[in-house]
Amino acid sequence: MKKNLFSSFLAQFLLLVFVIVWIIPTFGLFVSSFRDKDLLAISGWWTSLITTEINEIHRTANMESQIQENNIYIIKENMFSNDSKKKISSFGITSKNINQFLVEETATLKDDSKLTVYENGDYIWKSQTPFKNKKGIRIFITATSPPKFTFDNYKEVLFKEGVGQAFLNTLTVAIPSTIIPLIICSFFAYALSWMKFFGRDTLLALVIASLVVPLQMSLIPLLSIYNDIGALFNISSKSYPGVWLAHTGFGLASTTFLLRNFIKSLPHEMMEAAKVDGATHYDIFLKIILPLSIPAFASIFILQFLWVWNDLLVGLVFLDQVPSEIIITAKLRELLGSRGENWEILTTGAFVSMTVPLLIFFLLQRYFIRGLVAGSVKG
Amino acid sequence: MTIFSLFFYVLIGILVCILYFHLSNYIFDFFSKKDSNESSIRAFIFIAPAFIILLIYILYPVVETIRLSFFDKYGRDFVGISNYIWAIKDPEFKRGILNNVGWLLIVPTLSTFFGLVIANLADRIWWGTIAKSIIFMPMAISFVGAGVIWKFVYDYRGPGDQQIGFLNAIIVSLGFEPQAWITIPIWNNLFLMAIMIWIQTGLAMVIFSAALRGVPREMLEAARIDGASELKIFTSIIIPYLSQTILVIWTIITIVVLKIFDIILAMTNGQWQTEVLANLMFDWMFRGGGDSGRGSVFAIIIMVAVIPIMILNIYRHKQEEKI
Repeated sequence: MKKNLFSSFLAQFLLLVFVIVWIIPTFGLFVSSFRDKDLLAISGWWTSLITTEINEIHRTANMESQIQENNIYIIKENMFSNDSKKKISSFGITSKNINQFLVEETATLKDDSKLTVYENGDYIWKSQTPFKNKKGIRIFITATSPPKFTFDNYKEVLFKEGVGQAFLNTLTVAIPSTIIPLIICSFFAYALSWMKFFGRDTLLALVIASLVVPLQMSLIPLLSIYNDIGALFNISSKSYPGVWLAHTGFGLASTTFLLRNFIKSLPHEMMEAAKVDGATHYDIFLKIILPLSIPAFASIFILQFLWVWNDLLVGLVFLDQVPSEIIITAKLRELLGSRGENWEILTTGAFVSMTVPLLIFFLLQRYFIRGLVAGSVKG
Repeated sequence: MTIFSLFFYVLIGILVCILYFHLSNYIFDFFSKKDSNESSIRAFIFIAPAFIILLIYILYPVVETIRLSFFDKYGRDFVGISNYIWAIKDPEFKRGILNNVGWLLIVPTLSTFFGLVIANLADRIWWGTIAKSIIFMPMAISFVGAGVIWKFVYDYRGPGDQQIGFLNAIIVSLGFEPQAWITIPIWNNLFLMAIMIWIQTGLAMVIFSAALRGVPREMLEAARIDGASELKIFTSIIIPYLSQTILVIWTIITIVVLKIFDIILAMTNGQWQTEVLANLMFDWMFRGGGDSGRGSVFAIIIMVAVIPIMILNIYRHKQEEKI
């Protein structure tokens, strides 16, 4: 019994190690995307989760804010912005000794004026004579800063860097690139399983053979066809319909293969009975096959959608890399080149690109897994 | 592209497709007699779109790519096998092949191994389902997204500065010098492979997880009663029992790895000796006007490498269908 307990503990520990190693990279990205960009550039994301000590320099208000009370001149302000949650622990008035005074202690300056700083950033600066400072004096503070997160990066990335646009572009690519092959292939798969026509077996063999063709093979010849068509009609050779068809072509063999296996497995008595009743193949397809195939469709839909969403190569080759057409993976790659050190942009952009796959993953995990396992035949 | 025009665009694309099938079948029904046997025209209507796309997007390009690989960079003059000879002599090609072989040896093996271990562990622990979800999650992310995630982990700052990359932060806290991981030739390949292993382990794990349910409980219990340790059970019962599944997963991941492109493009763009075949192909196809002859050679080499593994995979799929 004791041995079992130990091995169970060991198993839990091992699994925990795996889980931590697996989650940390994504978690770091997630946390970073909500961090202030200046902090992000100088400190690790893990420091943002706990209260940290920071050193800052602030400047007091100048002579214009002074008020007079009982012959004493006072400048009284707060050095932080309104929503700051920082807490000051010590302060100083020269750069040589920034921790000279504890909070609420009073510092005496050269001109005999007196400065007191409070924990929340309030300070009171008193003098017997009127202040003549055109610029305020510097206060060096040491403060603790609680974790602080912001949506600023998201605003910047979505609207200024064009990631929001790229997100919409990707949707424009992905939705038809998923639905069109599903429609076309379901008819194709039905014909391959239940219709009699000349050359059916050859056609099926052709589909299976196409499974082995990596899509890299198709790029150069297709691009030259696209260019020819573009030149012929004097239009751009790169367009959304072009990409839809390309994704349809590259997903066609695997989608047909999977759907055919599924449709073939449906009970044929049902179709024969319908036939006897005078139903055409089109009726059978719409009224019997389609409703029965919904679960298979769901898996294949998710598989193809994610495949298209995450694709980089097809989007790079068949779309112009301009704001109105660039897809999100290509945009991210562009940002990696041009904004390689701006981690607030990269982490946020990457997280935006991951939202849709992660949503599908968490909501439809079962179909997703089934599709992935079945879809491993995609070439 | 506003949201409005997006909807419009998407709707048009899908409508065209649906209209084709509906109208053509409607017209066919209208002209054919109800009681007669359906002719092969109906089959033609069902097949035509898919077949035409298959022809243009897969079959023609295969023939054309093979042809182009024997022609010059513009695809005009026949040059025999000189593109292939060039490839064999090219040092970049050699490096690409070597790197690809490295990827093929390490990534499928480690992903399969980790997947098996994790599936086995998670099976026996009450929070195993959550653990599996977390390990599987990278599978949903794009390679480029994963590239950004890991580039952040590998980030490098000079020795005096605060490290913001997780890996260097650990290294520094252990008292070592920080390293610019992805620029150290040879070793950097391992850091890129880690990304792929991170992604593919989840796939291996879910398949193993399903397969583990097939291992007979009585066999495991009998072994436990006989006093076999969990490690012993793992190595002498579970692994032999899952040997078929191991092979399947290994082939699936091998095919993905053979075509690995996005991660390297995003992380290093082939610099620091990290190039692989698919990246070299992309370079030759599109950089500096492109060379369709040499680019095609790379495409063909990738296909030739994929074919035997894919055949194995399809064969396996057929076998599974029969069961």
